[in-house]
Amino acid sequence: MSNPTKMRAAVVDGITELKVMMQHEMENGRRKDEAGNLVPAWYITDVKVQHANRTILEAQFGTSVSKNPYLVFHFRGGKVGDKITLSWTDNRGESRSDDVAIS
Amino acid sequence: MHKSEVDLERRKALKAGGGIGLLGLLVAAGLIRPGIASAASNRAAFEAKTMDEALNALGVVISENSLAIQLGAPEVAENGAVVPITVESTLSRTEQICILVNKNPTILAANFLVPEGTEGFITTRIRMAETSSVIALVKANGKFYRASREVKVTAGGC
Repeated sequence: MSNPTKMRAAVVDGITELKVMMQHEMENGRRKDEAGNLVPAWYITDVKVQHANRTILEAQFGTSVSKNPYLVFHFRGGKVGDKITLSWTDNRGESRSDDVAIS
Repeated sequence: MHKSEVDLERRKALKAGGGIGLLGLLVAAGLIRPGIASAASNRAAFEAKTMDEALNALGVVISENSLAIQLGAPEVAENGAVVPITVESTLSRTEQICILVNKNPTILAANFLVPEGTEGFITTRIRMAETSSVIALVKANGKFYRASREVKVTAGGC
C-alpha cells in the first residue's frame, strides 16, 4: 500500500502555489541491499495534477528523481476552497490519487 | 525500358511511400524527429545513456542557450541523493520543461508538460551520481531552449 501524497496549496493574487511531496521509495534499480542483491527499479513514472476538470501539470519521471518526489509549481485560476487532485502511477502499475483544498 | 515499366516502378515507389505515411516521410526527411511524433509516450528518453540519445528521444533538433531560463541549483551538493533544482522560464508559452544530468547513468531526470495557465516554473529534487552539468531544456512556442549549470557532488546519490 502506498502512502498519501502530502500537498499544500495557497492562492495569493490569483496565483496558486502548490507544494507536493509524494511518498515513494523511487528505487533506481542500481542499489544493493545488505545481502548484496540488486534492489529492482521501482519508481513513479507518471504524475498528473488536475484542478476544475483541467490538467494543470503533467510530469514523467525517470530514476534520477529523489526518494519521496518533491514538486513546487504555480498556476492561475485557483480560488480558496477549490480542489486539486494529484495522481501518480509507478513502473509496477500501482497508482494513487490524493486531493487538497486551496487555502 | 518501356514507359509502362517506368510507370510501374514509380507506382511501387509511391506505394512504399504511402505505407510509411506522411509522418514516416517527415521523420525520414529529418524534418521532425521521432520524439516529436510521440511526445506523450517518450519513455525511451528515460532510458537514454548519452546526451545525444536523450535529446534525440525528446525530439530536440537544436536548442539555443537562453537567458530567459533561470536554472537554480547548488554550486556544491553534499548529498547527491537530494539535489534541489529550480527551473524558471519567462519565455512566452512555455509548454515543456525537462531536467537532464549529463553524467547520470540515465540522462533524463524529469519531463514536465506545462499547460496554458500554469507558469513556466518548477522546483524539484533529483539524484546526481557525480559532479556534472545539469541542463534545463525548455520548449516554448514549439522551439527548444536551454540553460545549464555545473553542480559539484561530494557524495554521489545514484
